Amino acid sequence: MRINPRVIDTAVKIGLNGQAFFTVAILVVIVAVIFVKGCPYVNLGFLFSSPEDMGRHGGIFSAIIGTAFLCFLSIVFATPLGVGTAIFLTEYTKESIFTKMIRFGVESLAGIPSILYGLFGFIFFVIKLKMGWSVLAGVLTMTIMILPTIIRTSEEAIKAVPRNLRIVSYSLSATRWETVTKVVIPSAAPGILTGIMLSVGRAVGETAAVIFTMGSSLRVPTSLMDSGRTMAVHFYILAREGISMENAYATALVLVLSILFINVIAYYIMNRVISRYS
Amino acid sequence: MTKKPFTKENVVKWVLTAFALSSLLFLFLIFAFILVEGLPLFLKIGLKKIIFGFKWAPTKGYFGIFPMIVSSFLVTFGALIIGAPLGLSCAIYLSEYSGKKLKMFLKPALELLAGIPSVVYGFLGVIYIVPLVREYLGGSGFSLLATSIILGVMILPTVISISFDALVSVPRTYREGSFAMGATKWQTIYRVVIPSAKSGILASFILGMGRAIGETMAVIMIAGNALKIPVSILDPLRTLTGNIALELAYATGDHRQGLFSTGVVLLVIIMILNYIANFGIKRKVLK
Repeated sequence: MRINPRVIDTAVKIGLNGQAFFTVAILVVIVAVIFVKGCPYVNLGFLFSSPEDMGRHGGIFSAIIGTAFLCFLSIVFATPLGVGTAIFLTEYTKESIFTKMIRFGVESLAGIPSILYGLFGFIFFVIKLKMGWSVLAGVLTMTIMILPTIIRTSEEAIKAVPRNLRIVSYSLSATRWETVTKVVIPSAAPGILTGIMLSVGRAVGETAAVIFTMGSSLRVPTSLMDSGRTMAVHFYILAREGISMENAYATALVLVLSILFINVIAYYIMNRVISRYS
Repeated sequence: MTKKPFTKENVVKWVLTAFALSSLLFLFLIFAFILVEGLPLFLKIGLKKIIFGFKWAPTKGYFGIFPMIVSSFLVTFGALIIGAPLGLSCAIYLSEYSGKKLKMFLKPALELLAGIPSVVYGFLGVIYIVPLVREYLGGSGFSLLATSIILGVMILPTVISISFDALVSVPRTYREGSFAMGATKWQTIYRVVIPSAKSGILASFILGMGRAIGETMAVIMIAGNALKIPVSILDPLRTLTGNIALELAYATGDHRQGLFSTGVVLLVIIMILNYIANFGIKRKVLK
């Protein structure tokens, strides 16, 4: 028996609608569960008091400071490296074996799973360079990890800057570097910022690479050589060791909200850029 | 500033070249240090006894990781069985059926969710999926099935966003040609659009696999971490990533080297997957 193609067409349409709805529903439920379960326990006291008794009581202040410390410093290191690489690839060379090799390097770095970054950071920074479990070791590992994101987004942003702007700049007898700093980077800045925000989001949520390099000390880190704990690591330890469900949910909420907030800003900036150039 | 502009230009160029080389340097360092720590054990114990060995008892001199290799592939295929059809349907819906406004909202919303940290997925897996499996299907609940479900959800954003890009890049004229022949929408999608976007869709599956096989924190929370090859989907298992993360904090000597050997195997698998994915994408561009 041959089924009418139109019947199949309608059936498929309904089926796909259902599947898409289901997928979105799963993701909405994930966020909703964290929100509903975490909300009752998050208040100012939770945010601004330090964990007590392994995190059973108290808040997550030291974890927030640890997270901020890690993100800020990784961005400080990775931004010049990443944007510099992107400028080099787009403005200073033509496509060659050399640029292909660099692109291969960037692609490969992007594909390496975080646990291998953790393994590398642990043996190289923590043990061989004798940094111990420290903020510095965490920051350096994280810098390498977020570098590919910054390079790719910056490259896209720089490529999207119209050629005319550069031509005008050169016709005013600006040098290449002047053109880059005064024309290209200002126009590409929102796109570059998107990449930076996405990287911050990644650093906030990372666990495997951080726990083996930065350690999991509960104290507020006061120097680069101190061990510290990020929110993601704190949440992992609370959840895995069953220390406190209330605090685990509350930490998860703060964690997810900060990442969603950071990513929303990143996409907002990106959309404004897209609408400007298209 | 007495320097002439062209010398400054040169300095800038050298600095930028050095910056660009740093990515290659980092890649080299990562490979070098994982290999230097991981390879000696392969020479000492033997490649065969590590890769095909069944017993992992590093303090007693057994470094077999075969069950973990099998487990890693099992959870990855499990994740693909769950994530690939859902993700592809979602991508087809977004690119072919949904209205422009819905698309503008759904695509970024789905990509935002790629940012949810893996520990959160793991936690929700422990709280909701593991008890469900235990109650309705038996076993401890910490199982291949539960892990596959969570990983399947985790790879959704990757699969959706990359296969969506592949579907959208199929030229409009292909679709119009098919409609002009009297084909229905589904016939057009099934016979024209999907075959044209095939390599991109495959790449999305392979990158999804890369994400699943490299996933660590969610997996150690849900998988049960038992040291044997699972015989049913309700058995617990330990993956390569899990093995590293569970023991790295306290391992010393040969034991630590064993974990780096595990890392070497993982690194090789990941590089092969990435190579295949990039190769697949290149073919699409060439066409």
